[in-house]
Amino acid sequence: MEAFQWQQARSPAEAAALVTQTTAEAMLTLQGTPSAQQAILVKAGGVDMLDLMKEGLVNPRRLVDISRLAELQGISREGDDSLRIGALTTLAQIAAHPGLRQSHAALAQAAAMAASPQIRNRATLGGNLLQRPRCWYLRSAAHHCLRKGGGHCFAFAGDNRYHAIFANHGCAIVHPSTPATALLAFHAQVELLHPQGQRRQVPLEDFFVLPEADMHRENILAAGEILTAVWLPPQIQTNRSIYLQVAEREAFDWPLAAVAVVVDLDAAGLCQRASIVLGAVAPAPWRARQAEALLTGATINGKTAEAAGEAALAGATPLAQNAYKLPLLATLVRRAVLAAAALPQDPRAS
Amino acid sequence: MFPGARAFPEGELTLMKEDPQENEKSAAASVLGPGAVPIVLRVNGETHPLLVEPRTTLAEALRGSLGLTGTKIACNQGACSACSVWLDDLVVASCSILAIEVGERRITTIEGLAAGGRLHPVQEAFIAHDAVQCGFCTPGLVMSCAALLAGNPHPGEAEIQTAISGHLCRCGTYPHVVQAILALADAKGD
Ligand SMILES: Cc1cc2nc3c(=O)[nH]c(=O)nc-3n(C[C@H](O)[C@H](O)[C@H](O)COP(=O)(O)OP(=O)(O)OC[C@H]3O[C@@H](n4cnc5c(N)ncnc54)[C@H](O)[C@@H]3O)c2cc1C
Ligand code: SF4
Ligand code: FES
Ligand code: FES
Repeated sequence: MEAFQWQQARSPAEAAALVTQTTAEAMLTLQGTPSAQQAILVKAGGVDMLDLMKEGLVNPRRLVDISRLAELQGISREGDDSLRIGALTTLAQIAAHPGLRQSHAALAQAAAMAASPQIRNRATLGGNLLQRPRCWYLRSAAHHCLRKGGGHCFAFAGDNRYHAIFANHGCAIVHPSTPATALLAFHAQVELLHPQGQRRQVPLEDFFVLPEADMHRENILAAGEILTAVWLPPQIQTNRSIYLQVAEREAFDWPLAAVAVVVDLDAAGLCQRASIVLGAVAPAPWRARQAEALLTGATINGKTAEAAGEAALAGATPLAQNAYKLPLLATLVRRAVLAAAALPQDPRAS
Repeated sequence: MFPGARAFPEGELTLMKEDPQENEKSAAASVLGPGAVPIVLRVNGETHPLLVEPRTTLAEALRGSLGLTGTKIACNQGACSACSVWLDDLVVASCSILAIEVGERRITTIEGLAAGGRLHPVQEAFIAHDAVQCGFCTPGLVMSCAALLAGNPHPGEAEIQTAISGHLCRCGTYPHVVQAILALADAKGD
């Protein structure tokens, strides 16, 4: 790790004023321009930041540490019954929060499945949403790929077994955040503090950026902007939610495919609303709109759940090595829909 | 041994490398480094003044400056938990934390578990159940198991498995580790 300066911010506003670039910008080396060694970057738990710095993928001149700021910690229920999760709330705190486990089970489950206990004790929700993707070419200093400002994506002709099957044109990263899959299913919003002092609240759906819009970033965070909180709107609170994933190892591992499902059932058991979001299969958490439409107004049973699983695959464009994600997804969606509706699994299902 | 970490010699406190220009410009929180900065680490109940560069990880400061080599560094990426220590009451990967950010929080390492000339019960159980092979992952595993028992004296098998799920043991001691802690959980009277 290169040497750097250290500054402990005393407030989110101070951090915003000090930080000069996003980490994505600082990792960008475009043809002919020198890499940004002058960057002043923000650090929360530091799990991803230190990893990138140890690999030499980013060499900031200074880190501004926000990890001790009290105003960015904690989970609170606000006046209109929405929930505010401070950006520095750790994944361990989210996984263990009794209220969240009740009202937003899928989120608590996703947080509990991300990384290891050691990492969950340090990893903050804000940092988790803003971590750089895990594409091994991106993470390798030897590969100057498109996302780092190079002229080539190594994944298409290379090893793409863990890459995206949706919206994977140009660059095929999958979004690395496990909690994001559940957050999107709950229609979460992120609260951002601009260096000039304005606060904005952005639906998570609009926060993430697909490669077709910009290959060099995963989100719209502006230089110096601080993610201060994640908001969960009140009207979506329901006990009927679940997060499921498949990974190569049961102990901590990145998912190969994941799904978060939230359903609202009326007294007659009809599905009023379904929110189905796929994880680890697209450059951003991926809303399965056709599957949602199929379930809305329908009775949830083995048949409709299976149809939703098939519908979730609409538009997939798998690469040479990752078509295996299709049946994983279909199965995950079917199981999650049945489990969210508290219906027994189809005995045929394996 | 590690760049930028060394024991803190008496009388060197004035070496504090703040950049006066930077500090004037920002008129804000002070800018420290990139050279060595004096910090104080509270480790195993003792207070240690140290000089560390901001880039020095907690694992490096413990092993290099303080000579507490019981904490192992294997992957140095947060991916194996060999370097586990307690930050106050939380088990964390010390390779993924900077020494400079620890502040007033208490660090407990494997060296701090034995008390009054007696091994910690988890250490004794590891020996009794043959839960050690090469031993490289063992200090970290012991820290995770001791933290689990501190908060939950009678964990079940699933809770033990979750508590040790971040550890990679290439010798495959996992079943014996679980047995050792299950035996302790049953034996504990409280
Ligand atoms: C072994 C291992 C396994 C893992 N497995 C998983 C997994 O299964 N699922 C998963 O989701 N993650 C996983 N992770 C990733 C881990 O969860 C993230 O690295 C972590 O959440 C990052 O959070 P942090 O607080 O440490 O962020 P930092 O490393 O401090 O920051 C990450 C990025 O966000 C920026 N940033 C942080 N906070 C803010 C803020 N408030 N405002 C503006 N910018 C900010 C930083 O500048 C930096 O670019 C794993 C990590 C490891 C080491
Ligand atoms: S998938 Fe994206 S991040 Fe990975 S090599 Fe291709 S351009 Fe780079
Ligand atoms: S050495 Fe720290 S987690 Fe592997
Ligand atoms: S005992 Fe050898 S790695 Fe665990």
